[in-house]
Amino acid sequence: MLQVNSLKKNYGALQAVDGVTFCASDGETIGLLGPNGAGKTTTVSIIAGLLSPTSGEVLINGRPLSGDTDPVKRKIGLVPQDLALYDEMSALDNLSFFGALYDLSGAPLTRAIAEALDLVGLADRAKDKVGTFSGGMKRRLNLAAALLHDPQILLLDEPTVGVDPQSRNAIFDNLEVLKSRGKTLIYTTHYMEEAERLCDRLVIIDHGKVIADDTLPNLYQLLPVTNVLAIELADPPDAPLLLGLKALPQVEAAESQGRVLKIGIRHLSEDTPAILQWLVMEGHPYTHLANERASLETVFLNLTGRSLRDS
Amino acid sequence: MITPLVALVRRDLRLFFSDQRSVLMSFLAPIVIASFFGYVFGGSGGKTETSKIPVLIVDQDGSDISRQIASGLTADKNLEVKVVSSESAKELVRKGKATVAILLPKEFGANAAKALFTSDGKPEIDFFYDPSHRMEMGMAQGILTGQVMQTVSKEMFGGATGQKMASDALARVEQSQGLDKASKSTISDLLRSVEKFNNENAKAKVDGKPVSSGGFTTPYQVREEAVTSGTSVEYNGYAHSFGGMGIQFILFMGIDVGIGVLLQRQRGLWKRLRAAPISKTLLLSARVISAAIIALVILTVIFTFARIVFGVRIEGSMLGFVGICLAFSLMTATFGLLIAALGKTPEAARGLSVFVTLLLVMLGGAWVPAFIFPQWLQTVTKFVPTRWAMDGLDAMTWRGLGVDAALGPIAVLLGFALLFGAVAVHQFRWEAEG
Ligand SMILES: Nc1ncnc2c1ncn2[C@@H]1O[C@H](COP(=O)(O)OP(=O)(O)OP(=O)(O)O)[C@@H](O)[C@H]1O
Ligand SMILES: [Mg+2]
Repeated sequence: MLQVNSLKKNYGALQAVDGVTFCASDGETIGLLGPNGAGKTTTVSIIAGLLSPTSGEVLINGRPLSGDTDPVKRKIGLVPQDLALYDEMSALDNLSFFGALYDLSGAPLTRAIAEALDLVGLADRAKDKVGTFSGGMKRRLNLAAALLHDPQILLLDEPTVGVDPQSRNAIFDNLEVLKSRGKTLIYTTHYMEEAERLCDRLVIIDHGKVIADDTLPNLYQLLPVTNVLAIELADPPDAPLLLGLKALPQVEAAESQGRVLKIGIRHLSEDTPAILQWLVMEGHPYTHLANERASLETVFLNLTGRSLRDS
Repeated sequence: MITPLVALVRRDLRLFFSDQRSVLMSFLAPIVIASFFGYVFGGSGGKTETSKIPVLIVDQDGSDISRQIASGLTADKNLEVKVVSSESAKELVRKGKATVAILLPKEFGANAAKALFTSDGKPEIDFFYDPSHRMEMGMAQGILTGQVMQTVSKEMFGGATGQKMASDALARVEQSQGLDKASKSTISDLLRSVEKFNNENAKAKVDGKPVSSGGFTTPYQVREEAVTSGTSVEYNGYAHSFGGMGIQFILFMGIDVGIGVLLQRQRGLWKRLRAAPISKTLLLSARVISAAIIALVILTVIFTFARIVFGVRIEGSMLGFVGICLAFSLMTATFGLLIAALGKTPEAARGLSVFVTLLLVMLGGAWVPAFIFPQWLQTVTKFVPTRWAMDGLDAMTWRGLGVDAALGPIAVLLGFALLFGAVAVHQFRWEAEG
């Protein structure tokens, strides 16, 4: 059980983290979502004990970290945002070193290394220098290095940044295995799709503040619409048609893109028939019909008025 | 506790020795440069010859005396004499082909003898010298003075022209305006005695009796002995140069230690280290230990090389030598930590610390020995740790002093280590960035 209580961190006048609060039960996967500079890394660093907060506290199983050598640190595994590896050494030597930092040696260390390499699929490259690895392989090794001491809580700071889709999938598979083993994952990202795929709960941070903290279904409820109908008409829609649509009680929003009508609705099964029926009755037959799900991207846009990517 | 410490130290050693650049810089560079300096500054003992001073002589006189002076100078082991014409002499000095040119004018021999007892009418010797070689100029002048005194006086006491010279001189003394009555009669007596001495010698020659050949000579002879560890031990320039270059390149290694910490911080490795349950003390001690080990290895390798190739020996206390090496290694390690603590970025830290290191090395007397510094500088550099390391190493190697001479340097070096370490710990930014 990890509790983060009203964490604040100031760098001079800049409030990098401004009252972040959330908690993660054992086995839960939390997505820390936010644009660049939101304060994700700072929050993760404070949880790992690398930074001391200006105020607030982090509790692990109800206890704060006390000092550098607190054994509670063993419950945490940190996967830094930067590739924290020695290029000059082999994968094996890297892992031996990081394992030894947690006082592992001999057979337990060898076993832990083998398991970690196995999980990330790098067992056959163990003896190669890390400098010769691809970006994706380095990312996976970066993950493996945090697993050696078998921590309960994994802090993953953008673990897929800068890798191709294939490597990203491989890392996701690794994370799903860890999740199935009952690990608590704190997953930092600014990719909505990643958060949607992996996380049980999302904590959305912007400018150091938590602006939402909920499960996926509940977050979707925050949206004014859950679905967007894309209806292609035989003739381009005109202004009176749009006005007429917006007057319908089932329609939350409506706009036209060429011959396509985009209509936002809340309840797919209840609202759709009435809308389609109305169109036909008004003399606007449709040639194609599609439904788009509203995404978290839209949630962020809705909460902040800004898009996640370009902020 | 032990496992992480060993792992940290092993990592540092592994990273250092797997980096060809650092190995090259730390072992090959000091050996090459120290060999060069050692060779240029005296080499080992009397085996290498010091270069002679090139001297030109223009003999416009051509008398017995001037010829004897020229051959006397030629025989001197410190000079390399060439007799040339007067036109070329000045030109050769200007071009740097010779350090000094001596011009003996017409009638020099005769006039010099006459002027031996009176101050008027002294002949002039033109003495051209290369201003970039003042020290050699002074030396050549000294040798010339001795040679002229010896030759001229010898000619007067029993030389072929001695009879005439003595009577000429006597006549001059009688006529001299510059001498008072009492001096005149005393010098005249002296010259008459010389006349008498020469007459007796001439008679003795005819009779076949042994002739005493007189003349002034320098009333002493120099017996040179360099004072080192013992009469059997010769000064070894390589001992100084290897110590000096060892100090310089070990400090460079110390810079790399500091830069290494800053790089670690930049690369996020620092986060992993800090996330692990290990103390700050452990992290820093590991750095100090590994840096000290590397420094000791470097010192051992380059002094072993110096011993095998140039015969540099620890003539003094081995214990003292090891003690100084250890203390200096520790100081280097904390110097590295200081750079890590005060440096912002690796790039910025490197430039400044290389400059500071070169200053330390220069003021420590690693390039040119501190004993040729002016007095004030020798006093000021007492506050420079490298000066103590250098003096300590000199004391234990070619000076051949006992362990008690090592205690001062060891204490001072450990003091600096403590100071650097304390400032480093105090200023260290423990927080991981970003
Ligand atoms: N050491 C520091 N000194 C000053 N400001 C800092 C420092 N570290 C971070 N910041 C600032 O704090 C804010 C939060 O940074 P942080 O790295 O936590 O963001 P992030 O959400 O991880 O962003 P990204 O997605 O780019 O990794 C940023 O504005 C950053 O510039
Ligand atoms: Mg970040």
